[in-house]
Amino acid sequence: MNPEDRSKLMFVAAAFALLALYPLVGGEFGVDLATKIMIYAILALSLELLVGTTGLVCFGQAAFFGIGAYVAVLLSPQDQPASIAWLLPASVAAAGLYALAVGALSLRTKGVYFIMVTLAFAQMAYYVFHDTPVGGGTDGIYLYIKPVLGPLLELDGALTMYFVTLGALVLVFGLLAVLLRSRFGRALAGIRVNEQRMRATGFATYTYKLAAFTLSGALAGLAGFLFAVKDGYVNPEMMSWHLSGALLIMIILGGLGHLRGALIGAFAFALLQEFFKAEAIFGDFAKHWHLGLGLVIIVSVALLPRGLVGVPGQIRERLVGRASRRAETVEVGHGQA
Amino acid sequence: MARLDAHNKTDTGDRGSEVLLRSQGITRRWGGLVAVNQVSLDLQRGTVHAVIGTNGAGKSTLINILSGEIPPSEGRVELLGRDVTAWSQPRRAQAGLGRSYQRNTIYPSFTVQENCRLAAQARHPHPWAWWQRADRCPVSVAAARLAAEQAGVQDFMDRPAGLLSHGQKRQLEIAMCLATTPQVLLLDEPLAGMGAEETERMLALLQQLKAEHAILLVEHDMDAVFRVADVITVMVNGSVIASGTPDDVRNSADVQAAYLGGH
Repeated sequence: MNPEDRSKLMFVAAAFALLALYPLVGGEFGVDLATKIMIYAILALSLELLVGTTGLVCFGQAAFFGIGAYVAVLLSPQDQPASIAWLLPASVAAAGLYALAVGALSLRTKGVYFIMVTLAFAQMAYYVFHDTPVGGGTDGIYLYIKPVLGPLLELDGALTMYFVTLGALVLVFGLLAVLLRSRFGRALAGIRVNEQRMRATGFATYTYKLAAFTLSGALAGLAGFLFAVKDGYVNPEMMSWHLSGALLIMIILGGLGHLRGALIGAFAFALLQEFFKAEAIFGDFAKHWHLGLGLVIIVSVALLPRGLVGVPGQIRERLVGRASRRAETVEVGHGQA
Repeated sequence: MARLDAHNKTDTGDRGSEVLLRSQGITRRWGGLVAVNQVSLDLQRGTVHAVIGTNGAGKSTLINILSGEIPPSEGRVELLGRDVTAWSQPRRAQAGLGRSYQRNTIYPSFTVQENCRLAAQARHPHPWAWWQRADRCPVSVAAARLAAEQAGVQDFMDRPAGLLSHGQKRQLEIAMCLATTPQVLLLDEPLAGMGAEETERMLALLQQLKAEHAILLVEHDMDAVFRVADVITVMVNGSVIASGTPDDVRNSADVQAAYLGGH
């Protein structure tokens, strides 16, 4: 393992270890918030597979998230707990199937058209749940009895939910990390950099992109399942384009092209949001939190073109640059003397 | 309409005269413009077949049609005896058709090694084996190494491809083409922008490759074309005006009038 890979691994291991220890100090509110952010992190990772790896800017990720969540609630029996053993696969499969259908159509377009088509499909899903009684309309629906895994696991307590979510996050991160160095992952990267060449080389790129899109939708469905079970409540706003947009901002803020970027971006975005919403700090101005959050995002995208994940590299370059400039000055000075 | 006389060539045995790619009556219209008009040619193993013509003569369009990047308006393409006119570009590539591009279309952010390896991976895709590391794939790593050595880029394997010199990028382009172990090579101006030494090297490589491959060479460097080509087809405004051995073409009155300007 080269030093760069090792430092990445160290960073991720440390981050997950900190998350594992966090409930010791987090308190009830903190644990709930961290669970929510970890679910966003899974979503951001699923989007990173499309945007950062394959170069497909999907503006409809919220639909897969929402479908995973709605399926978890709609399929749960009213009078007894559902078994995670089938409810979780059902949520993931439903989101994956919807992604397969959306991908099969939208991947025939490129660039800005792809962005718009994925948005349109997400809005369709949004209005189906918003305007029909399928999922309780705008009011949403409640999940009264949380699912269980036999006698082993009950997704009832906040702490259980926290650790199950953390486990899912670690699994998704690990899965994607392994996938990206495989032949499949390298082919996706090739498609991002130069799809025309990939086709000329003999890769049926449409199939690769469709596989990535379906997998991404399924992972977003997993996040939806966790969200529905955590809150015990789903509503159509989960599918709104605001969330799709926020997810794109998370991975851009964190740094495109890195799984760590999605992780860091999800935490940075959600924590900034909490910060600007805090009345203790901003008083009445807290209700204008969008303004503060937006300004910070604009400034950081302008100053950090590689995202938060690129900050150490930027600092290093700046220091090296300064050092070499100093060396030059010294040399010039000697020359003059 | 000039058509290549397939038996007019230096015969190097049965294998040598095997037609690997045949196009018949290829026509491509863009609205009212006929970019390629009724072009028929055969590419044989053991032969470098050059297509020359002024800018806009339809040479690159012809390559795009043969490789499957764009469909022809009319005509038929046969690869290794099979009608592939309706086949997609990836499918033709899988069947043994390799092409290089006029402008560099490498993966600039990847290393030279990964550029070659990814090309080689097309022959051993195994996308479902998601747990296996691509950079430890023995098949594609070995094929990448071989192709890099053939094209002469084996000394820069760890360098990002975007940092290579122009000539090296052209060589890498060829290496990526070879890494897919094609039988037919469609090379779009491989010598463009190369220095004298690099050109020599590339011509030597073409001589060496033609034993096993059928090569279509689109090129503007006339000295190089007349040195290396066994057959030359001349295109003007989308149509073939002459086709034959370099001597036939050099002596053709049509060609002299239309293209060589009396040289």
